[in-house]
Amino acid sequence: MAEELAKIDGAAEPARPERETAPAVVAAEMPLLRIEGVTRKFGAFRAVDNLSLDIRAGEFFALLGPSGCGKTTLLRMLAGFETPDEGRILLDGNDIAQMLPHQRPVNMMFQNYALFPHLSVRDNIAFGLKRTRMARADIATRVAEMVALVKLEGLEKRKPDQLSGGQKQRVALARSLARRPQVLLLDEPLAALDKRLRESTQAELMELQRRLGTTFIIVTHDQQEAMTMAGRIGVMDAGRLVQVATPRHLYEAPASRWIAAFVGDINLFDGEVVSREHSRLTVATRDAGTLIVSELWPPVTKDVFNVAIRPEKVKLSRRAPALDEGASQTINRLEGVVTDVNYLGGLTTYKVKLDQGAVVRASMANTARLDVDAYLAGQRVVAWFTPDDCVVLEQ
Amino acid sequence: MSARNIFARPARLAAIAPYLWMVLFFLVPFGFVLKISLSQTAIAQPPYTPVFDFSEGISAIKAAFGELSLDNFRLLISDNLYILSYWRSLVVAVTSTAILLAIGYPIAYGMARLPRRWQSVAMLLVIVPFWTSFLIRIYAWINILQHDGLLNQILLALHLVSAPVVWLSTDSAMYLGIVYSYLPFMILPLYATLAKMDPSLMEAAGDLGASPRRAFWLVTFPLSLPGVGAGALLCFIPIVGEFVIPDLLAGSNSMMIGQTLWLEFFTNRDWPVASATAVALLVLLVPPLLLYDRLQRRQLEGAS
Repeated sequence: MAEELAKIDGAAEPARPERETAPAVVAAEMPLLRIEGVTRKFGAFRAVDNLSLDIRAGEFFALLGPSGCGKTTLLRMLAGFETPDEGRILLDGNDIAQMLPHQRPVNMMFQNYALFPHLSVRDNIAFGLKRTRMARADIATRVAEMVALVKLEGLEKRKPDQLSGGQKQRVALARSLARRPQVLLLDEPLAALDKRLRESTQAELMELQRRLGTTFIIVTHDQQEAMTMAGRIGVMDAGRLVQVATPRHLYEAPASRWIAAFVGDINLFDGEVVSREHSRLTVATRDAGTLIVSELWPPVTKDVFNVAIRPEKVKLSRRAPALDEGASQTINRLEGVVTDVNYLGGLTTYKVKLDQGAVVRASMANTARLDVDAYLAGQRVVAWFTPDDCVVLEQ
Repeated sequence: MSARNIFARPARLAAIAPYLWMVLFFLVPFGFVLKISLSQTAIAQPPYTPVFDFSEGISAIKAAFGELSLDNFRLLISDNLYILSYWRSLVVAVTSTAILLAIGYPIAYGMARLPRRWQSVAMLLVIVPFWTSFLIRIYAWINILQHDGLLNQILLALHLVSAPVVWLSTDSAMYLGIVYSYLPFMILPLYATLAKMDPSLMEAAGDLGASPRRAFWLVTFPLSLPGVGAGALLCFIPIVGEFVIPDLLAGSNSMMIGQTLWLEFFTNRDWPVASATAVALLVLLVPPLLLYDRLQRRQLEGAS
């Protein structure tokens, strides 16, 4: 089953690095940034609670979590605006946890951009360079380079208030990259942009990161944004990292019920194991009948757990599907009535009230212009899915 | 009549109201003062000539106009009593404003960095002296500063001095009084500018390699200049014309223009010269006002 999960990740990366990677490999490649048992308390509240994380050089890493989960506090500790109460932050092997912000080879792009309103675009970008021993001519060259990088030519003399939201975002990006930081921290960098601009900027940020090879750590509450841009995502909840994985792994093999629900939409059924054979579990659920589920790695230890299935993996049909691709394929078939139809353009979401009581959400891509596959509310349908599409969640 | 016009009328009235106010309570009285400043003093009621009497016809008014002259202004230039008191007013106002800025800025900066709920307490503490009459507070200072006053008693008790120090009727006492009285006018506009400043700007400056001290001079201070300008002007202008504090606390060897004006008006009963003094004072204050206005406009242009 482990190979199967590796397939999920696309790359050859193992599914659960902390368990499966040989220790020798970890030791050979020291990460650029190592966060070690870091805790930050505000009074009795532990904003970041004994958190450890390794980030490799050149990575695009996203810290994802709901507001108040501690992701911004963690980022601010990396920048130096907060000091950890416990733990170490190693950058290239040096502990920077107690260093002041202006002494760190790390730069941050602020959520509200924090551009200096009294300085022009050029002076904003040059601000960090002027604090170094760089020669004036070199500063001018670097500023011109950064202006070109973020495509702001011709706006150098403008003040921040004379710029649009997207332009301000670019100035902030250029300013934070001008010092060529080892790590760039981005605090919700796209939150202030409208949807269309956000999407194009996501692509530009990724392209920029690839080109510069700088390590990017982005904080976001938007799982779509994290999934699109990051190579790895660390999901945080209540000051702790609950899962660190590639976007695909996170989505297809979430570590907990909470993560499954936080990253995308999911159907959950309470179940109890009835029988086990060849890594297939037969599960009796409370309100969705008996389901057959593939057992993933690591093996299920408890007898009571949740069976989870993503809506797009639930197929609907008028009749039970014919099994002409091979009778070996077991399929879960659940009969019910469509109660809700939501047409969203690219896809349509359905709610199906099962005869056993549960409500299952299904989403189907509208692959044809004419609605041959559409179902109407009140129609009887079969919702079906394969055992491999189910995820077993113990917590 | 269209509906729009019905609503347009009160709106237009509201728009001209401030101008009406200015004309009624500033321009018209200023016209009176200007006219008196061009008249001659006389032992009469009112104590100057000519008097415009509209009942005597146009020709009499015309004749009265002919009697107006710039003599009083010539007197202001020729007698160095006036020039010296103008000069002293400027020196006192500039010095006091500088002291106020040096004391007020750190206080305002400290206030702006307090936790939110303490900021309103600090604000209250700054404003609280206003609840006592200004005159009473100045008299209290006289009490503290006099020969056997509180200050000398403390200094003697601490053996810092061996004999009572003369505080009253000195420039030090006057500056003390001015700084004490005007400090809130300096602190409040400064505080308003500093409090609304985005704290992430300082963080950004730090992030980009500026030490806290550099960050202050490169970011906080330039951004607080509108508050500095407002506070300085709010103190400078009334201090130039200040009368009570120098009269009660300073020595009598040199006078500020407000004292000279008082002297001309009440002691000498020379309304025309007093008026000329007032007009000249106003003219003197126009350049700094224009300068401030230009600075502010440049700031706005830079911002928008």
